Amino acid sequence: MERRVIDLKQKLHILADAAKYDASCASSGSRRAGNRKGIGSTESIGICHSYTPDGRCISLLKILLTNYCIYDCQYCVNRISSDVPRARFGVEDVVYLTLEFYKRNYIEGLFLSSGIIQSPDYTMDQLIGVARTLRELHHYNGYIHLKAVPGASEEAMAQIGRYADRLSANIELPTQQDLTQLAPQKKREQIETAMTQIGTRVAESNALRRESSKAPLYAPAGQSTQMIVGATPSSDATIIATASDLYRTHRLRRVYYSAFSPIPHADGRLPAQSPPLVREHRLYQADWLMRFYGFRGEELTSPDAPNLDLNMDPKLAWALRHREFFPVDLNRASKAALLRVPGLGVRNVKRILSVRRFHRIRLEDLVKLRISLTKCRPFVVVEDHNPEALRLDRDDLRQRVARPPRQQQLELFDAATSAASGEV
Amino acid sequence: MRQVRIEADFEAWRDAARSLLAANVRPEQVTFVEGGLENALLPNLLGDAAIDSPASSAARVPRDFLTLAQIVACHTEADRWDVLYRALWRLTHDEPNLLRIAVDDDVRRLQEMEKQVRFDGHKMKAFVRFRRLVEADGGECYIAYHRSAYRVLKATAPFFVRRFGVMRWSVLTQFDSAHWDGKELTFGPGVDRCAAPTDDALEEMWRIYYASTFNPNRIKLSAMRKEMPRKYWSTMPETQLIPDLLADAPRRAKEMVARHSDRLEGARAYFPTGATITLQQLRDAAQTCRGCDLCDIATQTVFGEGPVDARIVFVGEQPGDQEDLSGRPFVGPAGQVFDQTLAGIGLPRDQVYVTNAVKHFRFEMRGKKRIHQRASARQIDACRPWVEQELTIIKPPVLVLLGSTAAQSLIGRHFKITRDRGRPFQSDWSPWTIATFHPSALLRIPDDQRRAEAQRQFEADLRRAAEEVRRIPVAASAARVLP
Repeated sequence: MERRVIDLKQKLHILADAAKYDASCASSGSRRAGNRKGIGSTESIGICHSYTPDGRCISLLKILLTNYCIYDCQYCVNRISSDVPRARFGVEDVVYLTLEFYKRNYIEGLFLSSGIIQSPDYTMDQLIGVARTLRELHHYNGYIHLKAVPGASEEAMAQIGRYADRLSANIELPTQQDLTQLAPQKKREQIETAMTQIGTRVAESNALRRESSKAPLYAPAGQSTQMIVGATPSSDATIIATASDLYRTHRLRRVYYSAFSPIPHADGRLPAQSPPLVREHRLYQADWLMRFYGFRGEELTSPDAPNLDLNMDPKLAWALRHREFFPVDLNRASKAALLRVPGLGVRNVKRILSVRRFHRIRLEDLVKLRISLTKCRPFVVVEDHNPEALRLDRDDLRQRVARPPRQQQLELFDAATSAASGEV
Repeated sequence: MRQVRIEADFEAWRDAARSLLAANVRPEQVTFVEGGLENALLPNLLGDAAIDSPASSAARVPRDFLTLAQIVACHTEADRWDVLYRALWRLTHDEPNLLRIAVDDDVRRLQEMEKQVRFDGHKMKAFVRFRRLVEADGGECYIAYHRSAYRVLKATAPFFVRRFGVMRWSVLTQFDSAHWDGKELTFGPGVDRCAAPTDDALEEMWRIYYASTFNPNRIKLSAMRKEMPRKYWSTMPETQLIPDLLADAPRRAKEMVARHSDRLEGARAYFPTGATITLQQLRDAAQTCRGCDLCDIATQTVFGEGPVDARIVFVGEQPGDQEDLSGRPFVGPAGQVFDQTLAGIGLPRDQVYVTNAVKHFRFEMRGKKRIHQRASARQIDACRPWVEQELTIIKPPVLVLLGSTAAQSLIGRHFKITRDRGRPFQSDWSPWTIATFHPSALLRIPDDQRRAEAQRQFEADLRRAAEEVRRIPVAASAARVLP
């Protein structure tokens, strides 16, 4: 027993470390009521049970079943040519950790991925085995996110969605050329085929469940994917176009962007430095603008500037390029127009629409709604006089609205002080 | 100013507010006081008359307001009852749309408190940490101590029932406590932290997970603190790791970058320049190769050997002890097995080209002996350009890969000798390629019968290759034998 515990600690260390480069952590979008036989419930809003100092949340027990892999993707720490220590969990190990962590309220569920061993089908079988044991033997009703392995058979794809809340097949890199260069065994076409297979089955299941609530579930929280940013020179415009395409074609719930992180003994074709974290942040902002603000992907960059501006959010950058669109009258403009005003979030747009039926919006109201005046003021007309809106064409507008580029230094500073003092 | 003493809960406020509203008491005429012990002696100025007034005539208020009030009631701010009453008054006196005006000061105040309570309730769902307790009768229960900012347990406990219905559990806070016995949810008074178990065996496992999933290469403290404020840390076992993780992060990040940069340079940096490269130029250049770390321990580069127009090329693994000393491939014990087999199938050695996937000897000293050690994947990668270039120059019609190192280097990592041996296929390097055992593998099989069997297969594979060579018409040009 003692021996097993030590082994398990070792394996957990290796296989959690190996899984941490996948940014996805969501545990939302699915609903499973408690079943009176086993633990667990899944409610539509996920919960983040902890946060690590890298700013990421811990919602799921995110581990690999094994980090042995027959593939040689150059950006991946688990590629066959990497010298990392290897381990493999048994089904019972993963089941034990998931249930015991869950009972103590450490996690919302399990995110299980794996290196490719033997073949895509064999690998998927192993993942399915764990999920099936949890669901059928232990009546576990918590969240399960499983990795769908591109290239696996239709049958495996059909099975895996029966136990999982969410599936993901990672697109990995923005273009096929990038894949050819860095992930020789992966093909864009194959990955997208997997997405199509999942998407079709999710849609089928949803349709059936509208007829009868007893129809079998298939990945009720849909599918997501991850793209690594900064491992290849592909521009933000390319990344955004790929994401926008994926949202449209496969109805993905989320595209995750993961800033490439230097990994031990990497291939010479990879940069030794990670891209600034702020680039990842800007891509998420752009992603949000596409999903909730009515922007089309191609609006967010321009041919002269195919990369997002690191010093300001993409909406502000768009506004500076499209001054003809402004000023927007906060008391009259449509919701779509309000959503394009720098500094206004979805929540505040909703509030403004509600407030203005009873009360004319003035500058002081923006302050009360905690809207950044610096960002917003030059672009809006309000009830009281707002002279700044008259000078939209001024040359120094950019300097006036954008924060000086200090975010990165702040982060470094942040880390360095904490490291020195041990204080957080 | 009237003072109204109430219990600190929503129902008490609602009853009092109803009465006050019915008695037409304006908000500026009244203030609410929470009825703790210290307030017990204050006169309750609500008065019997007001309480007795018909509460049934209570004004109708939007459902939104009741929800909001129930949540705000959980806050600890003393004047929340007054603000609620003022909002209630305004809602029922000509401002029915008040809640939609988010810029109104009262609405802002209430929404602010609502947000804080909701946040706290959500964080209770997230940060409660159960500890397992085995009871005298062998049954188990799970107990958590959690320090919430507001009184959110009553509203949040049903969540734990839904999720942990099959377990027996208690959540204890400084305000109150909730208990679930598998059937019924009950509430009790607040308790001290020492009432809860102090440890759980799983917590070490949980901390291992927490530390392993942290990426030291990215630090975003503000994001962490915003979502996980320090006030909650004391009951979360993983948070005690944070200072150490942070202190160690710069070193780990630097190490990751350093290990990243210690990648091997690779052979290509030592290639001869010029548009066309001859085999001799390639061989000379390889003598100076420092593309990986093997050059430091090996005696010399052992390059391929044979005619440039050879119709068959054999690729082995790496030079052994004797090859390393003599500078020629396939001259040791394995080379002898190879030569014998070649002779047996009638293929003269001087008509074939013989080379290796790795050009330097890798070994381990055991006493005074140099024991062969398989080259690492990185070393194989670093050396691959040499053998690729040899094959590009020679363009052999027949290619034999001896052993898994050669096959995986040139075909791919998925290639398995045990599975794919003996089956000719077209590769990037030759239209007729076959993989078989490495002759040294034959020497290492301990079981006589199995060794004989492998030897037969090896011979059969080479014989097939030889037959293939004989089918190719001899090139017109004379063979130029390299030294």
